[in-house]
Amino acid sequence: MREFSSAPLLWLGLILAFACIPIVPCIPAFWITLWVYIGIYSLVAIGLVLLTGVGGMTSFGQAAFVGFGAYTSAVLTSRYGWSPWATLPAVVLTAGVSASLLGLVTVRLSGHFLPLGTIAWSISIFYLFGNVEELGRFDGISGLPAFDLFGVSLASADRVFYLVWFCVLLAIVVSSNLLDSRMGRAIRALRGGSQAAESFGVKTAYAKLTVFVYAALLAGVAGWLYAHVQRAVSPSPFGVHAGIEFLLMAVLGGSGYVLGGVLGATIVTILKDQLQSVLPKLIGSDGNFETIVFGILMVVILQVARQGLWPMFARFLPQPKPQQIHKSAMALPRRPMPDKGRLILSVEAARMQFGGLVAVNDVSFKVNAGEIVGLIGPNGAGKSTTFNLVTGVLRPTAGSIRFMDSQIVGKLPREVAALGMARTFQHVKLAAQMSVLENVALGAHLRGGRGTLSAMLRLDRSEEASLLREAARQLERVGLIEHMHKPAASLALGQQRIAEIARALCLDPCLLLLDEPAAGLRFAEKQQLAVLLAQLRAEGMTILLVEHDMDFVMKLTNHLVVLDFGTKIAEGAPDVVARNPAVLEAYLGGVE
Amino acid sequence: MNTTISLFLLQDGVINGAIYALLGVTLVLIFAVTRVIFVPQGELAAWGALTLAAFEAGHVPGTAPLLVLLGLCCVFSDMLRQRRGLNGKWFIERGLRDIAGPLALWALCIWLAPQKPALWLSVALTVSLIIPMGPMIYRLAFAPIADASVLTLFIAAIGVHFAFTGTGLLFFGAEGSRTTAFIAGVFPIGVLMVKGQSLVVLGLTIVSLIGLYIFFDKTLRGKALRATAVNRLGARLVGIPTQSTGRFAFALGAGLAALSGTMIGSLTTISYDSGFIISLKGFVAAIAAGLASYPLTVLAALGVGILESFSAFFASAFKEVIVFSLIIPMLVWRSLVVRHSDEEDE
Repeated sequence: MREFSSAPLLWLGLILAFACIPIVPCIPAFWITLWVYIGIYSLVAIGLVLLTGVGGMTSFGQAAFVGFGAYTSAVLTSRYGWSPWATLPAVVLTAGVSASLLGLVTVRLSGHFLPLGTIAWSISIFYLFGNVEELGRFDGISGLPAFDLFGVSLASADRVFYLVWFCVLLAIVVSSNLLDSRMGRAIRALRGGSQAAESFGVKTAYAKLTVFVYAALLAGVAGWLYAHVQRAVSPSPFGVHAGIEFLLMAVLGGSGYVLGGVLGATIVTILKDQLQSVLPKLIGSDGNFETIVFGILMVVILQVARQGLWPMFARFLPQPKPQQIHKSAMALPRRPMPDKGRLILSVEAARMQFGGLVAVNDVSFKVNAGEIVGLIGPNGAGKSTTFNLVTGVLRPTAGSIRFMDSQIVGKLPREVAALGMARTFQHVKLAAQMSVLENVALGAHLRGGRGTLSAMLRLDRSEEASLLREAARQLERVGLIEHMHKPAASLALGQQRIAEIARALCLDPCLLLLDEPAAGLRFAEKQQLAVLLAQLRAEGMTILLVEHDMDFVMKLTNHLVVLDFGTKIAEGAPDVVARNPAVLEAYLGGVE
Repeated sequence: MNTTISLFLLQDGVINGAIYALLGVTLVLIFAVTRVIFVPQGELAAWGALTLAAFEAGHVPGTAPLLVLLGLCCVFSDMLRQRRGLNGKWFIERGLRDIAGPLALWALCIWLAPQKPALWLSVALTVSLIIPMGPMIYRLAFAPIADASVLTLFIAAIGVHFAFTGTGLLFFGAEGSRTTAFIAGVFPIGVLMVKGQSLVVLGLTIVSLIGLYIFFDKTLRGKALRATAVNRLGARLVGIPTQSTGRFAFALGAGLAALSGTMIGSLTTISYDSGFIISLKGFVAAIAAGLASYPLTVLAALGVGILESFSAFFASAFKEVIVFSLIIPMLVWRSLVVRHSDEEDE
């Protein structure tokens, strides 16, 4: 809803003006019909925007879900005499179940394997529609009933217009609500890769499946409307080429913006209609020549405006208000901090082998509460691998790692996070287009519990206010509060590293793992970082950090662990370690 | 079903599989060098078949004017991108390469086509009409976004496929064509009756695959392509121009697609839109091999061909359903086996 918040009257006016289209006398019936189809396709495109632009998964198979919806309703109304209204739950069920099944296998696919998979199953579903006797083979099913509302038939375009666009409006509101929530942040964070989201407790596979099923449900509802507007179904509108057209709508409109889906559907539908009447006359024969224009359009858009057309369009509309921070929101409960000096992390003879390479060779060390422990060593010493063992990204070949009395070995990163361990990354992993505030709020994912449905229905507001308040509090703590509404990518590298620390703090951790926090920072920034870390320690936080900057490490840490070629060569207080001959040799080379 | 039928089906499957193998290997090659999943390859193969059919019928093939059109598009888009440095020399160079060359080919076709050229000449003309289309497509669609994510490049490839389907309809019409076999007749080998065309397909495929092997293993150009495939940045740093290796990979891909097109034309009726399904079967094979291994791709392609011919016999209506559903377990298996990062983004 936030999209409409800054100028509700303007939006209400626009919607009312739009609602007048069917009753303005001079608009030809043909255009009203066209708007009905634009509405139907918008539903599919909105789903794709969420899937592709927001969730980072590309599907060429949405037309198949439109087909599932349309055929379900067609069979139930034509063969079993159901009313079109009564079939809606069945449509939702069919689309939902088929999407869950296809999603369970295809969502696992990463990168380009997913779109290839969607092409494959949309082709096989197309031939399935065309060859099953009960679905009328390639002829399809015709003579379907129109919608009717309290005895008023919605057979004509000027009446069904309202039903279709009511569905579109609902989809816009529900989708925007979803994006502006705890689950929405998890979904939006998927685009930048799942590692960061996973390490803050997001079940990324589940988040992906959620968007996938949601997009399929919208497509299914579109199919339901299509069946009873068209009054007939046949396989051809649900083939892979239709799927490609739907993706074109999302890419053209702006994959990443809910209203971009509507814009894309509008442009593509009107363009297709106009081209179909103009091009054959121009070329002098019949054929699907609009595909030439669509294909070229798709390539050109990717070359010149990868964000789609919506951002250009949105400049003329009032900007949505930034998120409000409610000072009165309830503070999130905090986990009890371990007593100072208590053992919280113990790594015992941890070993990591990649084939014949021993990256970490039986390393043992301990971290006590309230300390800053540094993990240092030359390049290739196994520091990052050790980090990955501790955070659960890698499973050690042998050895034991215990954190807060639990065995970490065999646990997933998100399960380790739930025990109270938060981390930053050597290469910053923030969702570039998301605001700093929302990136940081992702850190508090595990401190909330509201799911998809309550987000869609806006039942999550008090929890959401608490999460955002916590994010703002941590941003204030690290000194980035004035940047909170900027997109994360607009910050300087040093600030992005600090934002990652704020995100980690949002988890309310008792152990903070920092992977080269000072890398790429300027001198003054390093000093500020040192002050911040010392202050966190004073507040009872325990920190384990990997760092190259010796000066930084020597001044800050209580305890150092030195690795070289995967083996621990020294351990102790910084000034003792600095005089250790083995360490000097590892860093400066031995005396010949 | 008896031995004769199963041997016949097996033969059919192996022959189709050989063509899928050639297409699959080309897909792997183009993907490795440029990271483009080259869907429109199927259209190029279909155009190869249709061009050969046109020569057989004594017509000038639609590919000839189409090549001129693509050349014009290339010059035009280069003009838009370049802006500076446009002078007489630039226009003469581009004009000769992108417009005069295709025009000369067109003229040659107009002269030769009515005389119904010999088979080898027709095939040579077909392949030389389609080879330049590869680099032209690369320049038009992919070179400007060469560093984008695999996903973006893939969507662009789908866009090209879309544009090509419409273009194919425009230049070749909706009717399907069939070419005569390279070698007519049937040869008995043991109990098996082998069609002459089968021998041609198998022979040409094996020769092409061996040729590719020699090219990649023995020549500097081939090694440069492999280096680009392994690491684009590294290849660029040691002085391999990645843009021109991209164009070269596309030329190679277009040539192989055209060759498979000329072979497939006598096995089945080809129309402007047949290419998509054919190339997707090459895909199923390429994906099964993880878009990486050439020998595995060939094996998987033979498997796809055999599965297809047997399912055509047992459940002909569901042939495509079976072949394309097969890809899903393969993809799942692949994504479990291959631990590649999904941290890529534009």
